[in-house]
Amino acid sequence: MAIDEKTVQRVAHLARLALPADRLAPMAQEISGILAWIEQLQEVDVKNVAPMTSAVAGFALPLREDVVTEGANAAAILVNAPKAEHGFFVVPKVVE
Amino acid sequence: MSDLTALTLAAALDGMEKKRVSSLELTQAFLRAIEAANPHLNAFVTVTAERACAMAKASDARRAKKGRVPLPLDGAPLGIKDLFCTEGVRSTAGSRILGNFIPPYESSVTQQLWRDGAVMLGKLNMDEFAMGSSNETSAFGPVSSPWRKPGSNASLTPGGSSGGSAAAVAADLCLGATATDTGGSIRQPAAFTGTVGIKPTYGRCSRWGIVAFASSLDQAGPIAKTVEDGAILLGSMAGHDPRDSTSLAQAVPDFRKACGRSVKGLKIGVPKEYRVDGMPAEIENLWTQGVAWLQEQGAVIRDISLPHTKYALPAYYIIAPAEASSNLARYDGMRYGLRVEGKDLTQTYEKSRAEGFGAEVQRRILIGAYVLSAGYYDAYYLRAQKVRARIAEDFTTAFAEVDAILTPTAPSAAFALGERSGDPIQMYLNDVFTVTANLAGLPGISVPAALDGAGLPLGLQVIGRALDEETVFACAAAIERAAGFTAKAKPWW
Repeated sequence: MAIDEKTVQRVAHLARLALPADRLAPMAQEISGILAWIEQLQEVDVKNVAPMTSAVAGFALPLREDVVTEGANAAAILVNAPKAEHGFFVVPKVVE
Repeated sequence: MSDLTALTLAAALDGMEKKRVSSLELTQAFLRAIEAANPHLNAFVTVTAERACAMAKASDARRAKKGRVPLPLDGAPLGIKDLFCTEGVRSTAGSRILGNFIPPYESSVTQQLWRDGAVMLGKLNMDEFAMGSSNETSAFGPVSSPWRKPGSNASLTPGGSSGGSAAAVAADLCLGATATDTGGSIRQPAAFTGTVGIKPTYGRCSRWGIVAFASSLDQAGPIAKTVEDGAILLGSMAGHDPRDSTSLAQAVPDFRKACGRSVKGLKIGVPKEYRVDGMPAEIENLWTQGVAWLQEQGAVIRDISLPHTKYALPAYYIIAPAEASSNLARYDGMRYGLRVEGKDLTQTYEKSRAEGFGAEVQRRILIGAYVLSAGYYDAYYLRAQKVRARIAEDFTTAFAEVDAILTPTAPSAAFALGERSGDPIQMYLNDVFTVTANLAGLPGISVPAALDGAGLPLGLQVIGRALDEETVFACAAAIERAAGFTAKAKPWW
């Protein structure tokens, strides 16, 4: 299925990616090409096939104790923050 | 001991145990080799010389103690793909967005290597977020393969995404390297560089502390000089880790011992669907030769069918981008990574991600966001996961009859840098033989088997049952013995 520039713009916004206007048309073309190639999956009979949800059959997802495993390491957590003050992340103003 | 960097891991460990060479001597030899080669190959993005020497000295001190039990990798200098978080050492995933990221923690796999005595030489270049098959999407520039066509100065790709790992091992810049494989990123670069690459069963190695690309497919493994070296490294990298919920609570077998097993009586499947259009006759012939090598050692050959093979790549290019778009949502410029300020929060997100991610990563995020968006989920993602189930079913059926499957690793030898970067689908087709094992969660290995007419390495792949890496190692070692592949890239750097 071909997708147009408007769709690329919508998806780019969903993905929070700023795409310059002159990239919209080439990106639409590239993605349409890939989606056209992917179309061949329509040939596969998937009636009554359950989607694969585990890469290795026979192993259930384990549960762990509901306890704190880490914490009280704010300094380590903040060490790579672009902006941090007084033990907190500093982010742009969200609420007007 | 002469020419220390040319040693295999097994020989170097033996040399250190017998006091013929120290870890510091080995480490310094590799650091000199890196210094000479890296301006030309660009295999390392970070060299940790000081740390390497300190770790080597500590290892030599351990080995000097009386009555000690030697650690499995004590003193062995290794390279680490820059997708593995290493405490206090920049870990970039080949991306601008993590260009200054210094993890305050260590990945489980690398932690196990240090536990076993290994020495870290540095961090290895890779395609950005492991998305690529040629190492050309790295924010730190492409890696050049140590291999060139005789008489040519053209730079070839070492493959990708673990191109730095493969190039470093092939050029004798380390004894072995860690790598990761989401669609073929260990096995294809190994094939392109005449090295051995193993992707174990999904869940064999912990993903904790490895920067995530597509979580249901990502798996760590080694790139090494020999099958035995690969087995030694995987023995240290593998093992259950409660911090990764998909890590399998299974004991780690003695992979090294498995390399010595006979293949006599093993049933080897040859899947007809891996005969693809346009595959060079040399690869087809090598495959036939590989079959003969195993047969001569007593294996029984069976023609098999894996009917959904051709749908593996298209299914992968829904599943992997979908998981990537979700995994990469964490790069928002708030907690770590690049932040580019905009007029408000949304614009800050959008600008940070636009400047932080390269073109291929952006393309995959957009495809992923599209196939997961409202109204398209069933048509794309859900269908792809059903096709994936059929691909896995193909293998289950085949493995009722055979013990392992033999295929070529890649449909071509290494190509020139720039030759395929303009056409994403052409690039994706590199992974046509490797991606099926990722989708089905199975172990696969690439073994160098011959040089093609142009003098470039070609690899054969062995795929095994889930958790049966031992049979995979046995078959790979049998191919290695028969092939007698000793060719090395001629240093031009």
